[in-house]
Amino acid sequence: MENEACELFDSGHRACGGCGAALASRLILKAAGKDVIVVSATGCLEVFSTPYPETAWKVPWVHSLFENNSAVASGIEASLKRQGRKEKVIAIGGDGATFDIGILCLSGAFERGHDFTYICYDNEAYMNTGIQRSGATPYDASTTTTPAGRCSYGNPRPKKDMPAILAAHGSPYIATTSIAYPRDMIEKVKRAIETQGPTYVQVHAPCCTGWGFEGEKTVAIAKLALETGLFVSYEMVDGSVVKVKKVLRKPVEEYLSTQRRFRHLFKPKRNDAEIAKIQAIADRNAEKFGIDIKLKKPAAE
Amino acid sequence: MMEITEGSHAVAHAVKLCRPQVIAAYPITPQTHIVEALAGMAADGEIDCEYITVESEFSALSACLGASAAGSRVYSATTSQGLALMFEVCFNVAGLRLPVVMTIANRALGAPLSIWNDQQDSISLRDSGWLQFYAEDNQEAADLHYLAYRVAEDHRVLLPAFVCFDGFVLSHTYEPVNVASQEEIDRFLPPFQPPQRLDSKDPISMGMYATPEYYMEFRYETDAAMHRANAVIQEAGMAFDEIFGRNYCGLTESYRLDDAETVFIAMGSICGTVKDAIDQMRDEGEKVGLLRIRCFRPFPLEEVRAALRNAAVVAVLDRNISLGSRGAVVLEVRDALYGSGVKVLGYIIGLGGRDVTKADIRKVAQLAKSGEGDLFYGLRREVL
Repeated sequence: MENEACELFDSGHRACGGCGAALASRLILKAAGKDVIVVSATGCLEVFSTPYPETAWKVPWVHSLFENNSAVASGIEASLKRQGRKEKVIAIGGDGATFDIGILCLSGAFERGHDFTYICYDNEAYMNTGIQRSGATPYDASTTTTPAGRCSYGNPRPKKDMPAILAAHGSPYIATTSIAYPRDMIEKVKRAIETQGPTYVQVHAPCCTGWGFEGEKTVAIAKLALETGLFVSYEMVDGSVVKVKKVLRKPVEEYLSTQRRFRHLFKPKRNDAEIAKIQAIADRNAEKFGIDIKLKKPAAE
Repeated sequence: MMEITEGSHAVAHAVKLCRPQVIAAYPITPQTHIVEALAGMAADGEIDCEYITVESEFSALSACLGASAAGSRVYSATTSQGLALMFEVCFNVAGLRLPVVMTIANRALGAPLSIWNDQQDSISLRDSGWLQFYAEDNQEAADLHYLAYRVAEDHRVLLPAFVCFDGFVLSHTYEPVNVASQEEIDRFLPPFQPPQRLDSKDPISMGMYATPEYYMEFRYETDAAMHRANAVIQEAGMAFDEIFGRNYCGLTESYRLDDAETVFIAMGSICGTVKDAIDQMRDEGEKVGLLRIRCFRPFPLEEVRAALRNAAVVAVLDRNISLGSRGAVVLEVRDALYGSGVKVLGYIIGLGGRDVTKADIRKVAQLAKSGEGDLFYGLRREVL
């Protein structure tokens, strides 16, 4: 399609090689096309894409603060409405801006029912400030504020269920997706933008620097998150889950063992008890969303 | 047309005549009557705008920021704790050079909690890059909104503006106010024409980050715009005078100043009391006068210096305190008069709604004449 061939997120920005957020932005704009206004929260994406006087954004773009992108988007939407303009409004924030510091503005904007799409690129910690824990950090991930140590296995809390919180606001369309599945992601972003009202897309976007893996493995690791059931890709319409990506599930350690942030679960010695707790999180996800592909038993000989 | 009206309603009516396209506001005492009145007008279709009922003051100003960046004329109102919650956004709006206009119904800041009037709230945003106007009465409170939009949106300025009027003392007081017509305001205030806006037909990036190679120049340019505003305010004041016959040509107002030896300096509604006290003292042969600061940002340094050239002693009444230093206004006046030999004394007065009477003003005049100053006036020592 014409829009999708067009690169509206330009190359030459300052992201790390293998940055999940940069890939997410490129795909978001492929889905959104030109008639859009983007509001970025402070964070990695904002910083690596707009060092004055250079910008990677070929669509109108504004950054105000860390925690107010939803409120700024509210104002833009109202302003366009008053002027009779048709551009769509997209707010983009990392998981810190979305799950934590910006949740007041996000809640307000969703409750008021503004016609805009909020996209969270979820890399599961505050990466721009140096890998500190956020409300999106998974259980047992070692971050610089929840380091693994003699008395710690890393982050002591599970990931906050942000899609459920926004579904409770009455959002007509909520989706989770991953940079590892570009077609799925583009379709969900498009559907979110086309749906009238406040919509939300949470994009799982691994951070090679923060999670501790080589940049060329970003997509492979994002895939493993889905294949182990630790990240579930689904769509909710009017509060009900309508579509879930099913997988042939792999054990969680295939995902955990590829990343420095979980290294303490394997070295100096394997921590079976903690790995089992994380496996239990994946199992609960699998049960809740029904992600397991059931293979037919081979016929008895 | 003259109407007896509450201050908040006079302001709301003035705002309506300015034709804001987006209003975003959050309720807080004593600002509420303004935003309630505007919501009523929106509900009755008397004002053609989007009215966003945000979940906090922080979002109120953030929504205004977005709406202004997209090219609409915007409005909000707040006070005290609400303004404090907006602190971060205030600096951002000014840095983005967005001409947001916001009414401040001046109120003290906690702790201790106080809903009553002083000017600590807006004064504490002194360095944020907003123009700051202070009204003496409700006529001026209404008029300053017309002026504020015109100056803020002028392409030589492009800065946001506070229109400050004293909470309760003005906001909840009924006074006769000459209400302008829509036709008159349309003549004075042209539609908002932003030099650039968020627009998919001409994409720009706004709010980028600046390295040390660029940051200082952004600050310099914003400061230069603030200084340019001085002349633009005077120009707008003269244009206003031509249409309405009310004079806001300067950033200050002089009252019986010509031969005054003791000169008061103050901002806001307290100036009415000061003028009455001056009349009394003049009748008794005292050479006293007032220089009222109508615009605190930009600070009218030259105007103040020229007006106070012949004063013997200047008594500055500050309804704010920079704790550990002095009142904000006295510091400015000392700067303006540096090297002039004019004695400048500061009085912290009327904080948290403490009444200031004519008798108080007369006592301050006596203190100033005897060289006693730089003190909290009227402390109740028995509760210390």
